[in-house]
Amino acid sequence: MALTEQELRTLEYEPDTGGHFGDYGGRYVSETLMAALNELDHSYQNLKNDPDFQREFDADLASFVGRPSPLYHAGRWSKVIGGAQIYFKREDLNHTGAHKVNNTIGQALLAKYSGKPRVIAETGAGQHGVASATVAARLGLECVVYMGADDIERQSPNVYRMKLLGAEVVSVESGSRTLKDALSEAMRDWVTNVDDTFYIIGTVAGPAPYPQLVRDFNAVVGREVKWQSREIFGKYPDALVACVGGGSNAIGLFYPFLRDAEVAIYGVEAAGRGLSTNEHAAPLCSGRPGVLHGAKTYLMDNSDGQIAHTHSVSAGLDYPGVGPEHAYLKDIGRANYVGATDDEALAAFHEVSQIEGIIPALETAHALAYTKTLAASMRPNQTIVCNMSGRGDKDIFTVAKMEGISLT
Amino acid sequence: MSNTRIQRRMEALKASGRKALIPYIVAGDPTPTVTVPAMHAVVEAGADIIELGMPFSDPFADGPVNQRGAERAINSGMTLAGVVTTVSEFRKDDNDTPIVLMGYLNPVIAMGETIFCEAAAAAGVDGLLIVDMPPEEEGSLVQSAKMNGLDLIYLAAPTTTDERLQTIGKATSGYLYYVSLKGITGSSKLDTSDVSQRVAYMRQHVSVPICVGFGIRNAKDAAVISSAADGSIVGTVLVSQVEALVDQPEKIPNALKAILEPMRQAMDTNG
Ligand SMILES: Cc1ncc(COP(=O)(O)O)c(C=O)c1O
Repeated sequence: MALTEQELRTLEYEPDTGGHFGDYGGRYVSETLMAALNELDHSYQNLKNDPDFQREFDADLASFVGRPSPLYHAGRWSKVIGGAQIYFKREDLNHTGAHKVNNTIGQALLAKYSGKPRVIAETGAGQHGVASATVAARLGLECVVYMGADDIERQSPNVYRMKLLGAEVVSVESGSRTLKDALSEAMRDWVTNVDDTFYIIGTVAGPAPYPQLVRDFNAVVGREVKWQSREIFGKYPDALVACVGGGSNAIGLFYPFLRDAEVAIYGVEAAGRGLSTNEHAAPLCSGRPGVLHGAKTYLMDNSDGQIAHTHSVSAGLDYPGVGPEHAYLKDIGRANYVGATDDEALAAFHEVSQIEGIIPALETAHALAYTKTLAASMRPNQTIVCNMSGRGDKDIFTVAKMEGISLT
Repeated sequence: MSNTRIQRRMEALKASGRKALIPYIVAGDPTPTVTVPAMHAVVEAGADIIELGMPFSDPFADGPVNQRGAERAINSGMTLAGVVTTVSEFRKDDNDTPIVLMGYLNPVIAMGETIFCEAAAAAGVDGLLIVDMPPEEEGSLVQSAKMNGLDLIYLAAPTTTDERLQTIGKATSGYLYYVSLKGITGSSKLDTSDVSQRVAYMRQHVSVPICVGFGIRNAKDAAVISSAADGSIVGTVLVSQVEALVDQPEKIPNALKAILEPMRQAMDTNG
């Protein structure tokens, strides 16, 4: 790591007033969205420190989501691997089955406090869509979810779930028919209906203030790990591992530990069919800085600056950009970004299901695949916390299909 | 002393009491060979300035019509370098009509801001309008554009606050592009009386000409808008027409002309 411990402890991790993390982030949007973003920023900066808002957020996380989520010792898997002790932060046990709901609860409260009767969301794997539909139902808000046509196909259980919850799911047929196109379409809706609509972005991407506020709402994950790890094994973990799509579950775990120099940090991107092929979704591992969806960040594009079509077995990681704070953490060397291929993720998916009795989401399986490699290189008295960002119920049809098994 | 083609054109229009007609087409839509003839055709129809779209894969401020136009252009092989070459081709026969390149930032970053501005200026481009680069994010592109004598045109919207309007008014050169609607390009609702009031109001903060785009569909819209503003920008109806003729691209130049001529006429008799 290029930074000294002293540098690392004193680095600035908050964005400036324009929402920049170093050179990244910002508000690269058309003028039509500026007023809405400024208004959101203003209300967020006020509510962030409003005790009533925080109390309501915490209460919802406790009684509706089921927080705190456990920190679980994957003892059998640790033993099989024979290296570091592996702990899972059980975000898969949250209501709706993933970390996404932490952010969704927070943003829906923002919508409520700003008096907007309608919420919209984009979704890849459908987890964020389900979480948005869930909180919208609970607060009596109208909810429209944009989802790429290809993702609708590969995540059909979640599509049905959203409909059961009363949301409208709009199929996005343009571009690569995945998450990036859903995000563009949601932005278009927001520009057009900005007076009565709150846009609940599902990850730490997009224009400021979204990367900051989505991070803050997910940071409950890392804060819990801080006291849980002390309680369970008497110190902070030696390493943190999380998968990175847009990067919300990862930053949620990492952020509270950024100044703790003794904690190594690993974000795992989707290496698809391999980082040396063009078929992956790993902008931090093999992309370059550019501007997409309102932020300057690492992304995948061709030599002419057209955004690349990505590939990953997991819909939730199948995105050519990444949250700008991760771009910053990569450049300053505070976090390491690595890849796990489709095959490695699938192997980990099965292994953890069979050894630990937990069926992970395919997104999470990427973090697990790297956790295995990392654990094997560490000693049994060391610890890794891997963010179990979601459960795999939504993926069983995809996995079965890939393995030639028919479930219907 | 005005020195850019855009400024000279705007002043000439003002002197003759006319308003600017500004068509928007996407370079390379549906094929690269049709673009230069289409540009000459819109000039014959009375266009004063051409906004030429630089296609981008993820145009999140555009509606479905312009998005499909960009997709067709990219599929036809149009690149940012190709857009610049298109302009130098056009300049062989037209050295007067100002050209503004309109698009998104990422392709420009990919080429390199300085290389792009130098190439664009050398090809005869006069201005740049980068949809996803508000004045708050201006960086090396702004410097390079200035060094190469390119006007930078910024957007203002119905939701733009007075404070930002002042910032934008200072940053923009050539003209200000007023987005007449909340929403994306190709939205259908245009309230012309609202627009007139707003334009009159903006003149308190902005000294450059104000041209209005988004939602102008016919000669009547163009005439009403131009009675308040300094120009009418017409995009989606033209891109729709291109789309209708994808299989007969040779008919596109005349078809665009047929849409613009009545607009020109209505704008001139109105004034
Ligand atoms: C379970 C799970 N993990 C991870 C992700 C990736 O998103 P992020 O990188 O924002 O955490 C998703 C996205 O859908 C998800 O559903």
